[in-house]
Amino acid sequence: MVAGFEIPDTGQILLNGSDIAPLKPYERNVSTVFQSYALFPHLTVFENVAFGLRQRNDPAIASKVSAALELVQLEHKADRKPAQMSGGEKQRAALARSLVLEPDLLLLDEPLSALDPNLRQEVRLELKALQRRVGITFLMVTHDQEEALSMADRITLMNKGRVEQVGTPQQIYLTPATRFTASFLGAMNWLDDVGIRPECTYLDREPRDGSQVARVTHSTFLGDCYHVQAETVVGQRIMAQVPRSQNGFHPGDQVHVWWHPADELHLPQ
Amino acid sequence: MRTLRLVFLAPSILLLATLFLVPLVIVAVYSLQSRGAYGGVALPWTIESYLRIADPLYLKILWRSFWVAGVSTAICLLLGFPLALFISRSGPRRGLYLQLVMLPFWTSFLIRTYAWMFLLRDTGLINTALLATGLISEPLPLLYNDFAVILGLVYGFLPFMVLPLYTNLEKLDPALLEAAADLGAKPLTALARITMPLCRPGITAGSILVFIPCLGAYLTPDLMGGGKSIMIGTLVQNQFTTARDWPFGAALSLFLMALTLGLLYFVSKRSGGEDLL
Repeated sequence: MVAGFEIPDTGQILLNGSDIAPLKPYERNVSTVFQSYALFPHLTVFENVAFGLRQRNDPAIASKVSAALELVQLEHKADRKPAQMSGGEKQRAALARSLVLEPDLLLLDEPLSALDPNLRQEVRLELKALQRRVGITFLMVTHDQEEALSMADRITLMNKGRVEQVGTPQQIYLTPATRFTASFLGAMNWLDDVGIRPECTYLDREPRDGSQVARVTHSTFLGDCYHVQAETVVGQRIMAQVPRSQNGFHPGDQVHVWWHPADELHLPQ
Repeated sequence: MRTLRLVFLAPSILLLATLFLVPLVIVAVYSLQSRGAYGGVALPWTIESYLRIADPLYLKILWRSFWVAGVSTAICLLLGFPLALFISRSGPRRGLYLQLVMLPFWTSFLIRTYAWMFLLRDTGLINTALLATGLISEPLPLLYNDFAVILGLVYGFLPFMVLPLYTNLEKLDPALLEAAADLGAKPLTALARITMPLCRPGITAGSILVFIPCLGAYLTPDLMGGGKSIMIGTLVQNQFTTARDWPFGAALSLFLMALTLGLLYFVSKRSGGEDLL
């Protein structure tokens, strides 16, 4: 709807104060980086980036395209066809193609999902740095919670087409408004109406104030930490993120589970 | 594995060898012999038949064949592209429309050609109707001319243009057109700058599939052209029947085949050689 490929039944889409909802895709100063990049396979990288400028009869195509390619460090690949480039390069070419138009808003549809996981981390930082440099608003769609938390200034969490919550990553993660939000962003232990994050859940050999007795069922090594699953005497399952230094819990061990009451999230079902 | 592969390939190899290769060799041999008194061939060996092709009379027929086939192919492309585009964008009804495109194949080509003749001739449906309404005072010359031949060829070979174009268009990623619109291209610009260039393999394949049969067409030019201004297919046929000059007919056939192959080679070279031959 923001790009104009779908037409809203009702309502407005305000961009810099004016309603863009009735405009056709080619009439909006909104540019999209597609999930599949949608680079034109018969055109070189240069021509792909120049495409939008040509539609506007821009007088300075060559210099603008060069500047955009330089921005994404693809100036040496200007004569390549998309098929001759790697996934990361294609993505940067797609970015350059959109950014060269200096849109009011850049729409990114899961831009990192087609990249392999190692590259994804790197591109995350690059993308964020790029956004700071060009100063254009990026609207990014993602299903990756970590990606949303690490990249966004503001997150809109949607569930089945409806907005669940809008806020900064901190607000959304630390003070979720609904159980959906709480569970979607990061893992969550639910004990009736109380939610507690695994990283705020502690396991001890000795009992302490407010602790519950539990039995370890699984212990999963994740490299930087362990995820230890335990079952309380009343049959509630609970997961704790245990630092490597505190390692030593094995299935069958009896442990005492506790957390700071301040970390509890009270969200009725 | 190798033996198994051979077992399954054997029938088609056998079929092609006996029904295609052997006759081709026979034609080649005939083309190098002399004309028999009552048809057939006789000795001595000669290349006389090939030399005769250079006769302006025959070159003119050859040129005419190329011209008619070229015009028919161009018309097929002009009609077929919008049609293929429409079908590729018709969602769930695509299957139905494709069936409709192929529907004429359910009837014999000969019968369909006769049907056209009944429509077009002086006392045919179209002329009768136009005369009855008083729009014309004498029948329009719809049959037995180049117009009729081209009409018949376009009608007969249009599906061969539509199908490759459709296959090509159908594979086109819709996101590319969204991207074009997103970058400010109006629908017609997107069609010219994105859809058509990406459809080149389909255009090439369709044009070849239409042009080559049109070039060698015999039935349509003979029936709808009325044999007045003949094409090369009719010329070849005449050599084996009325003219009783088998060597010349054979030489003409092989010459046409060589021309066609040369053309194919040229086209495939130009299109990068990936999608043809």
